[in-house]
Amino acid sequence: MKALRGLLLLALVLALTGCHTVLMSPSGDLALQQRNLIIIALVLMLLIVVPVIVTALVFAWHYRASNQKAHYDPEWDHSTIVELMIWSAPLLIIIALGAVTWVSSHKLDPYRPLDRLGPGRVVAVDTKPLEVDVVALDWKWLFIYPEQNLAVVNELAAPVDRPIHFNLTASTVMNSFFIPALAGQIYAMPGMQTTLQAVINKPGDYWGFSANYSGAGFSYMNFTFHGMSEDDFAKWVAHAKSGGGTLDHAEYAKLEAPSEREPVRYYGSVAPGLYASILNRCVQPGAGCMNMLRMSEPPGGAEAATSSDNHAVMPMARPQ
Amino acid sequence: MTLQHPDLAKLIFGRLTWDSIPYHEPILIVTFIGVAIAGIAVLGLVTYFKLWGYLWREWFTSVDHKKIGIMYIVLSLVMLLRGFADALMMRAQQAVAFGPHEGYLPAEHYDQIFTAHGTIMIFFVAMPMITGLINYVMPLQIGSRDVAFPFLNNFSFWMTVSGALLVMTSLFIGEFARTGWLAYPPLSELSSSPDSGVDYWIWGLQIAGVGTTLSGINMIATIVKMRAPGMTMMKMPIFTWTALCANVLIVAAFPVLTATLALLALDRYAGTHFFTADGGGNMMMYINLIWVWGHPEVYILVLPAFGVFSEVTSTFSRKRLFGYASMVYATVVITVLSYLVWLHHFFTMGSGASVNAFFGITTMIISIPTGAKIFNWMFTMYRGRIVFDVPMLWVVAFIVTFAIGGMTGVLLAVPPADFSLHNSLFLIAHFHNVIIGGVLFGMFAGINYWFPKAFGFRLDPFWGKVSFWFWVVGFYFAFMPLYLLGLMGVTRRLRHIDDPSLQIWFEIAAFGAVLILLGIVAMLIQFAVSIMRRDQLRDTTGDLWHGRTLEWSTSSPPPPYNFAFTPQVHDVDTWWQMKQHNWRRPVEGFVPIHMPKNTGTGVYLSVLSFIFGFAIVWYMWLIAAVSFVALLAVAIHHTFNYDRDYYIPADEVRRVEAAHAGA
Repeated sequence: MKALRGLLLLALVLALTGCHTVLMSPSGDLALQQRNLIIIALVLMLLIVVPVIVTALVFAWHYRASNQKAHYDPEWDHSTIVELMIWSAPLLIIIALGAVTWVSSHKLDPYRPLDRLGPGRVVAVDTKPLEVDVVALDWKWLFIYPEQNLAVVNELAAPVDRPIHFNLTASTVMNSFFIPALAGQIYAMPGMQTTLQAVINKPGDYWGFSANYSGAGFSYMNFTFHGMSEDDFAKWVAHAKSGGGTLDHAEYAKLEAPSEREPVRYYGSVAPGLYASILNRCVQPGAGCMNMLRMSEPPGGAEAATSSDNHAVMPMARPQ
Repeated sequence: MTLQHPDLAKLIFGRLTWDSIPYHEPILIVTFIGVAIAGIAVLGLVTYFKLWGYLWREWFTSVDHKKIGIMYIVLSLVMLLRGFADALMMRAQQAVAFGPHEGYLPAEHYDQIFTAHGTIMIFFVAMPMITGLINYVMPLQIGSRDVAFPFLNNFSFWMTVSGALLVMTSLFIGEFARTGWLAYPPLSELSSSPDSGVDYWIWGLQIAGVGTTLSGINMIATIVKMRAPGMTMMKMPIFTWTALCANVLIVAAFPVLTATLALLALDRYAGTHFFTADGGGNMMMYINLIWVWGHPEVYILVLPAFGVFSEVTSTFSRKRLFGYASMVYATVVITVLSYLVWLHHFFTMGSGASVNAFFGITTMIISIPTGAKIFNWMFTMYRGRIVFDVPMLWVVAFIVTFAIGGMTGVLLAVPPADFSLHNSLFLIAHFHNVIIGGVLFGMFAGINYWFPKAFGFRLDPFWGKVSFWFWVVGFYFAFMPLYLLGLMGVTRRLRHIDDPSLQIWFEIAAFGAVLILLGIVAMLIQFAVSIMRRDQLRDTTGDLWHGRTLEWSTSSPPPPYNFAFTPQVHDVDTWWQMKQHNWRRPVEGFVPIHMPKNTGTGVYLSVLSFIFGFAIVWYMWLIAAVSFVALLAVAIHHTFNYDRDYYIPADEVRRVEAAHAGA
């Protein structure tokens, strides 16, 4: 058992220092705060788990039948002090961890607009986040930049230190949008919209993928995320815009058909309202949009909640 | 005829055609040939030794809880081999499929394998093993002659078999689901999965679910109504307590699963839109419902394992269980809390911060009673005289392993941490850490502990220890790399991985899986060696381990009626207390014992359910309708069977009891 524990500790050390553990050495501020949270939670729990493991092994060894010197008390089955201790020790840890959880869940809520770019770096009041609409398709990613009037398949870029505001949806099934170096993941689901607010702090090429199994082509549903300087980003946009045609409803219908290992593809312009049609499931001519269907219903319920508090309702009740 | 009347063919064969047989998959064909040869060999041997009558009379139709318990465990061990074969194939694929190498499994096959692995391991390995152990041990622990509804018990078992057979059939006729073991819509809807796979999954689980739910009701009724006089709730053995809580969870949670599967089936069969992306469907409802069942399910599995650890620790420490009341309250608290945590399975689906934080904190709160339990086991060892027989080795391995699994579980309960770790191999490592380290280690401890009770000889300790070390070391090799890979951002269910630098970790994990394979082989050898050496391993006392609870007061194996006289209970550790007071087994004054009679109805219903399930998977409407009507008819007919009990004469009881006393 000792050897096993040694192995385990070794693995832990490797995990925390290893160069490949992207979660432990992220490049985006949100992922960094999540990393710190993981370490805090782990340390808090190790405070109790390590003594438990050690004590269990010590007790098991010391009170082995062959050790006749050990005290034997077959009727000893209760001690108020010990019972108090064994309930309160985990309780204290959980109180601490619960407080950390409550605060961090709110602070690191993916819907919350960023208030910092990094430790001690406040977001300027007039900062406008980069808008990106993300659509998970079978089995590729479509990124629409409404400001730049640009659409890209399987490649994503953003300037460093500028907040990014992702809106996400999907065409057919559930996927999860995950760039480990940037921030935690969030699901992209058909007919629903989720949001992720994040920022990348270091230029570089990062690995992005779907973190929720979505069918045969799932393993290849990867893309590269480029963190770039403002200048490089402008160049990338210019290059991308020169790349191709228009992503309109007909073109989207072709793109939406299931395919695997799609190469990077650029669309120099995007039909207005395409993302809204995808989200409301009315890209096909003649299909009624979900938001239009809902408009005919009397206002109230989930819709009312949406307008007052974006966070209070489940995503199913959060139409565009 | 089929050529001239295609409509008739459709009515009879539905969408089943010769193309549904996967000839093009060499792996499946070889497997099929292997299974066919082994199956024919087994059937041939059974026929050669003229065992059919014996098996039918003494086992298949038996309503004896002990025999049903053993059959459940045999089922679970057989299914363990299938589920583990799937695991080995996945590990092999992930160990080789890097960069330019595609591995040896195409997506449509690999995706079925991980779905089947999860489904089989949870529903047809862990569940039958738990149910089997409860079935065998619990009535003996409470001093009862059988469960409350003996026929229902037999029926429940056969429904589980029927579900398992349906899932196994999908290997050779059609395909299994390619959706992951919980078949999230819309992926599991007709739009994305039009083939028979998801239907096999739905009907296999529905049929087995009938058995599980009915068995849950049966066990609750047994524990509530059939305890020996004097056994108040707070004098129940702790394993019985955990069995009670687990079965309360079953009865409360499984109907939710049944309803969810029924709604999904309606979507797939009747064109409704409960969970579809279009037509007003709401897939989030499925995710909520499936986890309202799914999280309590985890505790259905682990609570009885906790019960086993409590019994084993106390017995092998030769000491009372520390903090019995505290253990009971912890178990009940876990039972209640298990219903308040389901959302932690989908923090990443965009719930608000307060909702996430609420479910994160409720999840962490469960670790308080669980932590208390671990301390209780430690303080049971404290001031004990610990004998390290095989069951106790499992306890020590469990405490160490489960402490790690519990810790990573609490880590995952912190929503922002989960944003990074959700669906990653870290999560996979976590739940294998608690299900193998908690449930499976517990079941192995339980099997080694109660085997001598069931068969009158103990399991060979040498091979038991070999198996133990391979399993434990193999577990660490197989899953510690997955924790690490999770921190590297590697997600689950990948058939191919781009980054070749990760390969070494998958190779280590595959090596661990091979060690576990050796652990399983050693366990099978342990069974074989023990049967061959049964005379050396024989226990004639009925109380091999110096037990503390009532099951050790009767002979090994116990007579069909368990106890000639209903015991009187004065203490939690009744048998220990009886031994302290020099209790002697009565040798006279016997009266005839009223017993339930065997019946084949459970088998008939199971066969009909299987036919119904198979027919409805393939849209064979005619056969489905006929078999369903037949199912109802047989069930109703059985209610008119008044020939359902008999008496064991007092002379027979005297003879059996004397044989034990003289031994």
